[in-house]
Amino acid sequence: MFRNWSLTFLSGLLAVAVLGAGPVVQQPPASQQPPTSQQPTDITTTITSEGGSVPRLAIPDFIAIGTDPDAVAAAKALGQVLWDDLNFEHEFAFIPRDTYASIPRATSFADVPFDRWRELNADGLIIGTVQKTPTGLRIEMRLFNARTRQSAYGRVYDAKNPRGIAHAMSDELHASQRALKGVALTKLTFDSDRDGEKMTGTVEKRETKEVYISDYDGEGQTRVTLGRTLNVFPRWSPNGKSIAYTSYRRGGANIFISNIYEGTLEELTQGKDESWLAAWSPDGTRLCFASSRDGNGNSSLYVVNRDGSGLRRLTNHPSINMSPTWSPSGTQIAFTSDRTGAPQIYIMSLDGLGNPTRLTTGESYADKPTWSPAPYNEIAYTSRAGGNDIKVIDVATREVRQLTFGEGNNESPVFSPNGRHVAFTSTRSGKKQIYTIARTGKDLKQITRAGNNEHPDWSR
Amino acid sequence: MTVARRLALLMVAASLGTAIACSKKAPVVQPTAPPPTTTTPIPDTTRPPAPPTPVPEPVVAPPPVVREDPIASASLDDLNRNSPLKPAFFDYNSSELNAEGQKALDEDALVLKRFSTWAITIEGHCDERGTPEYNLALGERRAVAARTYLVSLGIAADRLRIVSYGKEFPFDPGHTEAAFAKNRRAHFVITAK
Repeated sequence: MFRNWSLTFLSGLLAVAVLGAGPVVQQPPASQQPPTSQQPTDITTTITSEGGSVPRLAIPDFIAIGTDPDAVAAAKALGQVLWDDLNFEHEFAFIPRDTYASIPRATSFADVPFDRWRELNADGLIIGTVQKTPTGLRIEMRLFNARTRQSAYGRVYDAKNPRGIAHAMSDELHASQRALKGVALTKLTFDSDRDGEKMTGTVEKRETKEVYISDYDGEGQTRVTLGRTLNVFPRWSPNGKSIAYTSYRRGGANIFISNIYEGTLEELTQGKDESWLAAWSPDGTRLCFASSRDGNGNSSLYVVNRDGSGLRRLTNHPSINMSPTWSPSGTQIAFTSDRTGAPQIYIMSLDGLGNPTRLTTGESYADKPTWSPAPYNEIAYTSRAGGNDIKVIDVATREVRQLTFGEGNNESPVFSPNGRHVAFTSTRSGKKQIYTIARTGKDLKQITRAGNNEHPDWSR
Repeated sequence: MTVARRLALLMVAASLGTAIACSKKAPVVQPTAPPPTTTTPIPDTTRPPAPPTPVPEPVVAPPPVVREDPIASASLDDLNRNSPLKPAFFDYNSSELNAEGQKALDEDALVLKRFSTWAITIEGHCDERGTPEYNLALGERRAVAARTYLVSLGIAADRLRIVSYGKEFPFDPGHTEAAFAKNRRAHFVITAK
């Protein structure tokens, strides 16, 4: 399924480079160490299992060199976070951690007890060292083939934040060993009322909502807007540097773009009220959004360049047209329309030629399509029948499968950039919270807990 | 100064006062509220209080028009807290004005004609059952349905700004049919007098 080795590996590296707020993966200066010692093996090899199933790994705690408390704490955290990151994709099996105690701890790469790990049927071993440096931490990771005892992959990192390094390791291991674009370095965005601030100008004391970002696993939740208003439906730009969202700071709804690492704000819809739900084109040059700016009460879809120029109306139908999502190729838009009565999901070509094709036929109410990235050709959406639940439809076969089953209201699905996971909003624990779930319906994980959190998006 | 001259002066002053009071309806305040340009909407509480009754020095009874009408002298916050404009309620997943909704808007139109300088924002609201995304469009339709009806009754369209909140701000946080019914509405906020 993941044959495009070089491409996925490249994009994995790109993700490392682009998400600059995370860890910086550094090569140590050449004068200190020859390049060969940074890449313990020149040739990356692939660990396989004996029986053809996924490789079986052990990740003992990383080895702290010296007694520096930062290094000791990082050594512990790295093994745990890396384990969680790798486990998220199920591309490796793991030897249970409670059996590790029976095996002598290595103190360096030189004394790894390979024969003992083989007794536990390990195919691969991830061994790491952590050393305190004047600027932070130097971390070295090697993946060993437990049978040949050779290093299959290895890398040195200089960083301050061990979590970010573990995420980078996970994405590199998935790319090099499984030809998979991992998501450990990706981020989520969502809106939240957790600050309890009130909007001014109304007598109802309504609560504001602000845009937040976090790591894919919910760590590091950080507020990025200061609008003191409703800032909702955030959407990551494909390069992960900007977030487009719907803001009521002008009174009516407009789309703004926040360049979150520069602290600058752009107004995409230029004060044309009642514009919502921006969606970035896959190449990041354009956005599609819904607006009822012509004043007749029916929202239509529009496409506009990133800088607000070249506005083009996409739908011309006297009905609600809402919730656009781009196809991975950027040539089609899936959206919601109630042109036959109830909201249903349609697909249209971006050139506007031909009639939109109706995708959902077995639903009484379907909204918020989100198109999966390759290699899957699926659309997740919210189905309303009694309560709201998340379903996935195969675009080619129209086969439908359900991910949630009435555990509270489940809404606003969005795919991870490798198409293997879905983030969504659910009220299953009371308030509205963000969850992630595998595309198979397994591995439900709660991401947020403070206040109400809604309308997630997953960075590319 | 004789008593007669004094009386005459007082009468002139009183009529002046009345004239000024009458001309008060001339738009000192702009008929349409310009959209706020700052990132934070200006709090209504910072607006100046209703203009004092413009009567010259000698203490004369204020014009009866003002005295009879507490609505005209109330602050925007007071007005919106106890609004003379009644919301129009809608059926589930509908933006059609029903008979009750039309009746509410008929009365609202009378108020808007009487206070012809008022500028209004019509907010579209939905109950929590639909999706957040579609509800934005549904709330918009409800607000526009109310505006269209008011315009058909002779209210100037440029006094009526539209905003849809979808299901963002329920008036009743409950999860019952009674709560849902309260939350499906076109709601009026007076933004300028």
